Amino acid sequence: MHRRTVLTAAAGGLAAPLVFRHAALGADPIKVVGIHDASGGLDIYGKPMVATLEFAMDEINAGGGLLGRPVQLINYDPQSNIQLYTQFATQAATRDKAAVVHGGITSASREAIRPLLKRYNTLYFYNTQYEGGVCDRNCFCTGSTPAQNVNRLVPYIMQKWGKKVYILAADYNYGQITSKWVVKYFREGGGDAVAVDFFPLDVTNFGPAIQKIQAAKPDIVLSALVGGAHVSFYRQWAAAGMKQRIPMASTTFGGGNESLLLSPEEGDGITCAFSYFQEVDNPANAAFLQKFKAKFGAGTPYLGGELAMRTYVGAQLWAEGVRKAKSIDRMKVIEALESGIGVDGPPGRTVLDPKTNHVTLDVYVAEVQNKGFKVLQHFPGSPPSDTQSVCDLQKEPNANKQVVVDVRI
Amino acid sequence: MDLAIATGIQALTGIATLLLISLGLAIVFGMMRVINLAHGEFLMLGAYSAILAVQAGVNLWIAMLVVAPLCVGLLGVVVERLVIRRLYGRMVDTMLATWGLSLALIGAVTMIFGNTVSGFSAPLGSVRIGAYSTSGYGLFLIGATVLLLLAVWAVLRFTPAGLIARGTMQNAGMAAALGVPTERVYALSFAAGAAVSGLAGALMAPFSGVLPTMGTAYIAKSFITVITGGAAMLAGTASASVLLGGVNTLGTFATTPVLGEVLMLAVAILLLRLLPQGITGRFFRRAL
Amino acid sequence: MPGEGPGRASANGRAAFEAALGLLAAGIAAWWLPQMLELFSIINATVYTAMAVLALSLALVWGFGGILCFGQAAFFGLGGYAYAVAALNLPDTTYAVPIAILVPSLAAAALGYVMFFGRISDVYMGVITLTVTLILFNFVNSTAGEEWRIGAAPLGGFNGIPTTPPLNLPGDPGTPLAPEQIFVLAVLCLGLCYALCKLVLRSRFGRVVVAIRENELRAALLGYDVRLYKLGIFTIGGAMAGLAGLLFANCVFVSPTMFSLAYSGQIIIWVMVGGIGTLLGPVIGAMLLQALTAWVGTLPEINPNLILGLVLLVAVLAIPRGLQPTVAGWLRRRLPEDAA
Repeated sequence: MHRRTVLTAAAGGLAAPLVFRHAALGADPIKVVGIHDASGGLDIYGKPMVATLEFAMDEINAGGGLLGRPVQLINYDPQSNIQLYTQFATQAATRDKAAVVHGGITSASREAIRPLLKRYNTLYFYNTQYEGGVCDRNCFCTGSTPAQNVNRLVPYIMQKWGKKVYILAADYNYGQITSKWVVKYFREGGGDAVAVDFFPLDVTNFGPAIQKIQAAKPDIVLSALVGGAHVSFYRQWAAAGMKQRIPMASTTFGGGNESLLLSPEEGDGITCAFSYFQEVDNPANAAFLQKFKAKFGAGTPYLGGELAMRTYVGAQLWAEGVRKAKSIDRMKVIEALESGIGVDGPPGRTVLDPKTNHVTLDVYVAEVQNKGFKVLQHFPGSPPSDTQSVCDLQKEPNANKQVVVDVRI
Repeated sequence: MDLAIATGIQALTGIATLLLISLGLAIVFGMMRVINLAHGEFLMLGAYSAILAVQAGVNLWIAMLVVAPLCVGLLGVVVERLVIRRLYGRMVDTMLATWGLSLALIGAVTMIFGNTVSGFSAPLGSVRIGAYSTSGYGLFLIGATVLLLLAVWAVLRFTPAGLIARGTMQNAGMAAALGVPTERVYALSFAAGAAVSGLAGALMAPFSGVLPTMGTAYIAKSFITVITGGAAMLAGTASASVLLGGVNTLGTFATTPVLGEVLMLAVAILLLRLLPQGITGRFFRRAL
Repeated sequence: MPGEGPGRASANGRAAFEAALGLLAAGIAAWWLPQMLELFSIINATVYTAMAVLALSLALVWGFGGILCFGQAAFFGLGGYAYAVAALNLPDTTYAVPIAILVPSLAAAALGYVMFFGRISDVYMGVITLTVTLILFNFVNSTAGEEWRIGAAPLGGFNGIPTTPPLNLPGDPGTPLAPEQIFVLAVLCLGLCYALCKLVLRSRFGRVVVAIRENELRAALLGYDVRLYKLGIFTIGGAMAGLAGLLFANCVFVSPTMFSLAYSGQIIIWVMVGGIGTLLGPVIGAMLLQALTAWVGTLPEINPNLILGLVLLVAVLAIPRGLQPTVAGWLRRRLPEDAA
């Protein structure tokens, strides 16, 4: 629903390109733009993220807004299409004059809009777990990275299942880089990868891949597959009767609501690590979920792993920054955020690392159980050490890049 | 040995898949020289009718094997009446009109069901082949494709309706002069092609996931397969499927899914360069 | 339409006049619009203009050459990628411009050679162009690994190349063009391409190309090497599509979607709706339909594909000749004195 109302609101400029520039009035609401795929192959991640961002903004407004002004959320749906990302980011920066943009799901979409928002001086929050290495003062990455999640997942599954892993990954920068981290951690633990296969995001036939895995006889299959089309891998895996024979772990499964799409027979036992699961047991989370359900009622989305929760935390962090800066001026907010702001919330304590604009957070290992997750382990206060090893924004404030962390394998 | 059998089954599955998604298009092209670019959406609608029927409590097999072809076949009748009939003999215009139809159907389905992936799990469990296991549904798919191909062939070869259809296909003017109502033959052919596409879409659904744009993934492949096959609709499509599907699957085994697909497309180009009238322009000329 | 004019001299004069008129219109648009529009609209208008150049390229190849190319997006994408890769490697992005036009021209020449000299015709040509586009899409889409780089330019796979640098002032690498300047450049390119098309069609070469479209056998019997003429017009079309890709790369960035079936399809729709066998029609068709798609995209309940599809369906069934000829014919009937 929100998508529709907002698209109508956004209609002005597209329908009538001859809009003249006008100065913003002081009493205007503070504009926050969200760009998330609420449709298309990535909607399994995007829909819950839109919901938590809305929830966060409602919460801010209910508490009297920011600096005495209400916040106004504008949601755009790029429909899993990178080109629309650039269009909406340009729109957010040049026409909406947004105070901050939250959004981007795949690393491809982030790299599409990050340079644009930097060029147009618009603050950007990327709230998704990703492969690490973004070094840009204008961009705050509030999700977990391989040194935080893969680092915890691999020792757990190696100790439980064995040392030989077969990796299947989505064929873009996330999959390419994350698979290297997986190999690295396996080798550090005395194991190794028997093969790494990459699949474009629209591949739905995994028959040959499943045969190849059987021929390679690994102890573990690890999936870094992304999006709705790739969900068919888990289906075909179960249909081929492989689920009882080789256990599976994933760096992506459950980031959105994948676990809901599979039957318990297909999904149960897949092991993942994220900085949050809806099933995390603490009072803050229980309180959050209660209010969240009160807002969305029967249509409450399942939050699964971290993506939606990180969006909520990202919005909280931004609001803290504005409060501390007492301004929505981009540089002032960045400086306030870099003073080491932290928030306590449902996933535990999240603290901004001023060296990288990434966050220190809690990490959980969990396995799929009956369309949800069962949390197995909890690691508080994990720093983003991968990005820290290649990025120092205090020394290099003008950096504007994604450094590919040189994974020594 | 186990590996050879398992690989062979995968290759057969690839071939059957290609044949299945191309057959409806081939029937329409072979009978009417019409290229239906809404073919991918007929597959998509077949998958959606199966899903809706299953959700409404219909038995899975009835939903896939009866409901889907029936629904899409009826749609074929309507489309033939409203669009195709007006454009006979104008091949490019028909392609463009059906392309428009394809976009419109994608848009309409997106509005109704949302641009999101749904699907149902494959029935029939798994089958062991020595050290390997493969899905029983994949084997069923191979069998179903062979049966479907045989059924279409038998109808064309042995029934009076098939005789009329073949006559119209070879020389529509002569058939009309002999009193064959060619318009009705065309209408029925189009509906039959649509029904086969609907069936194919439903059969593919458990493997591929169902979403409004799923047809676009198939249309290019089936278009290439049918044209590479050439004029004889069954022999052409079958031989092109064997060649292209085989190359694709074995290429995927040997390299990556992307290279497998690129290899298949390259073979198609090479074939058309060497055999500009398609495979059956040169071989199996007298086949159906 | 060339060749239909009352006399050769007056047809020539008219073509030159129309070419000049097109350039003048582009000049006015380039001067006036940037003052009127806000930045966001200027960027959008640049994309529209780049697409109009692309539509023009297919209008030439299909409408006048009679070659139904399902893969015009292939040359569009090649132009964009050639520009991006060259611009990332060269000190001055101006030098990337000839490369961005040369690469797709060569690709078009090579593909044209295979098709025309292989005597492949009609629907088979459609399949080959489509297949080549699919291969390019698949290939570029799978270049995410770091081993896929050309000099300083990683190909980026699914991501594309978000760091595509904009053109700089010729000879001054430190000064990239502003979006307004790129818009002016795009509009001027569109005007130039239009004038170029007019002049090509007016030349002896262009007349033979149209003669081949009208009756290939007759042209061959008259002694023209049909294959060479088709190759020529196809290559010019490829170069123009490459230029469109360059412009597009300058206002968005290059990614594998440039090679997608959806783009190839849209171009055909623009030309069809605008009017096959005309030049202005496809340009107008491209602008109108893009505006329509963008506008429908903002409507709450309606999916843009539905509208675009219905427009195409109705265009084929109701105005098979396309917008420009239909409107022009209607005007001629209303204003008989003007048609003389």
